[in-house]
Amino acid sequence: MNAPNGHVGAVTVQPLLSVRGLCKHFPVMSRGFCSKVVAVVKAVDDVSFDLAPSETLGLVGESGSGKTTTARCVLRAIDPSAGEVFFRLPDGRMVDLATLPARELKPIRQHAQMVFQDPYSSLNPRMTVGDIVGEPLVIHGLARGEELEVRVAEVLARVGLKPEHRLRYPHAFSGWQRQRIGIARALIMKPSLIVCDEATSALDVSVQAQVLDLLKELQREFRLTYLFVAHNLDVVRNFCDRVAVMRKGRIVELAPTTQIFAAPQHAYTKILLSAVPSPDPDVRMNFNVGEELAKLDAAPQP
Amino acid sequence: MPAAVTPAPPSESSISTLSQWALIRRRFAHHQLAVASLYLLAVLYVIALGAEFFAPYPRQWRDLARAYCPPQLPRFSPEHGIYVPAMKRQVDPLTFKKSYIEDPAQVVELGVFVRGHTYEFWGLFTWDRHFFGVKDPEENLRADGTPRTFFYLGADKYGQDILSRLIYGSRISLSVGLVSIAVTFLLGVTIGGISGYVGGGVDNFIQRVIEVINAFPQIPLWLAFGAVLPADWSPLSTYFAITLVLSLLGWTGLARVVRGKILSLREEDYAMAARLLGASHTRVLFRHLLPGFTSHIIVVLTMSVPAMILGETSLSFLQLGLRPPIVSWGVMLQDCLSIQTVANYPWLLMPVVLIVLTVLCFNFLGDGLRDAADPYSTK
Repeated sequence: MNAPNGHVGAVTVQPLLSVRGLCKHFPVMSRGFCSKVVAVVKAVDDVSFDLAPSETLGLVGESGSGKTTTARCVLRAIDPSAGEVFFRLPDGRMVDLATLPARELKPIRQHAQMVFQDPYSSLNPRMTVGDIVGEPLVIHGLARGEELEVRVAEVLARVGLKPEHRLRYPHAFSGWQRQRIGIARALIMKPSLIVCDEATSALDVSVQAQVLDLLKELQREFRLTYLFVAHNLDVVRNFCDRVAVMRKGRIVELAPTTQIFAAPQHAYTKILLSAVPSPDPDVRMNFNVGEELAKLDAAPQP
Repeated sequence: MPAAVTPAPPSESSISTLSQWALIRRRFAHHQLAVASLYLLAVLYVIALGAEFFAPYPRQWRDLARAYCPPQLPRFSPEHGIYVPAMKRQVDPLTFKKSYIEDPAQVVELGVFVRGHTYEFWGLFTWDRHFFGVKDPEENLRADGTPRTFFYLGADKYGQDILSRLIYGSRISLSVGLVSIAVTFLLGVTIGGISGYVGGGVDNFIQRVIEVINAFPQIPLWLAFGAVLPADWSPLSTYFAITLVLSLLGWTGLARVVRGKILSLREEDYAMAARLLGASHTRVLFRHLLPGFTSHIIVVLTMSVPAMILGETSLSFLQLGLRPPIVSWGVMLQDCLSIQTVANYPWLLMPVVLIVLTVLCFNFLGDGLRDAADPYSTK
């Protein structure tokens, strides 16, 4: 299969991930015995982007803009309604994750992983840290016994935890330590793509930076590619190479980070940027976001 | 005066966390009634397991000369040790009613770990020691040369020892609960798990089926099942058929609990995380979701053991379940069908005492477990 050309967002090298026309529509059923579809919510509507190897793409937008749904569709946590998700395997083959049958999907899970938003609910409270982090290797039959222990200890050390922590349960850890456990779990199979679903937004501001630094280090070390879902624009500004701004299930603007922040093109991006609080007391914060968004909706779509 | 002790600051390695099971054990230990019930049940099950040793007489043993012999309370004297006076049978000349009076001249000496009938213990070894019974039965003979006998809880119409039959019967009556619980567990967890995990139409269908099953009146359904069982089946097959019948109706409660729990747990991120790691649905269900409420399952199962025991008893009592020569508490109660028998020989009701005791124990145990497993309880 030929790789789709990277014409979206100016990627010149061969992309690792290439999303084309991704849609996820949820039917709204009427209540009652014979339920009928009365409406369709377009959570993700015709989303396309490319992701080059070792690149970080930020996916930002307000709540309900479809960024998390997009991330989940990319990894087939939910089945997309339409569209293609081309993913390049380490051996150079391209596969379409959107339509692959479940059985063929399993081995590909080794190469594309996810870090979740909530470090509390994403770790099974009944399993020890060692079991949680080592589970991917067990599922894919990559290591067992002594080797499994060694690799778990290695990856725990790599994310800044102690090897003896593997005997404890998640409740014994603080939020950012748990997030490190989640990162260790995603990292242990040495994937090429990691989807971070608001990986830092549940953390204290003081430790967000630590987790971001860790992710950056890991990216350099393992040549990781990140799809980084976030709503905190400051985080995105420092962490991402390119940013895609989403609204109502669509990407309204996709550009390099510096360009987005220096010269936003789309009206929505401008409103979004103006709503970010600034540490400079002379910069006035925009408190009229609601009104401006309503105006934007009323204006005819280009 | 003791010197003030300053506690050493805990080092990193000395801080250990109590696992969930340790917490449950700790809370359970505070529930004295439940702990007592647990020990009592343990004793009952140990006795059932070692029935050959604990029962003074074998399962099919009878002393027709002592039919309806009343319970005999052991006494103690320095001369004879533990003993009971021998019984003499009298027949009322008018009503022909048999009755027994004590014969102070004759004593039956008793002892523990006495020699008696030989038995094969679970096919492991052959032995002739019994926990207690008549001392030296070969020498303790009556005038007509038959060995003297002793009925701690009395004898039934064939002169069978009620105590021995209770002990042998507990094997059936106590295990019927556990065997059907195993089947209930398999059915309930699998069907309930599928219902909650798959959801949608499958869930709807399974829930409606459960409602239909629950709507059946139980006794007539048991009667129908019991009537279907062929009379020429071996005792063992009848036994398993009965447990199956009991559990085929009993799994619905557990299935509902499991479904409800799975419905809420499958939305947790860790279930999706496991799927994204490549775990199969089975693995997610049994490795990630079910361990989240094992304690609830155990409680529901414990609470439903009494229903199974009572079910077996009622079926056998109605002569639709187990039949003689199998010995179970329900089968023993078949002798109590007429008020006349019960009025004359009340010791035939002994199985009722044990049934009530067992059922109460299981209920207290379930209560204790439920309180212990509830993470929000303040006890």
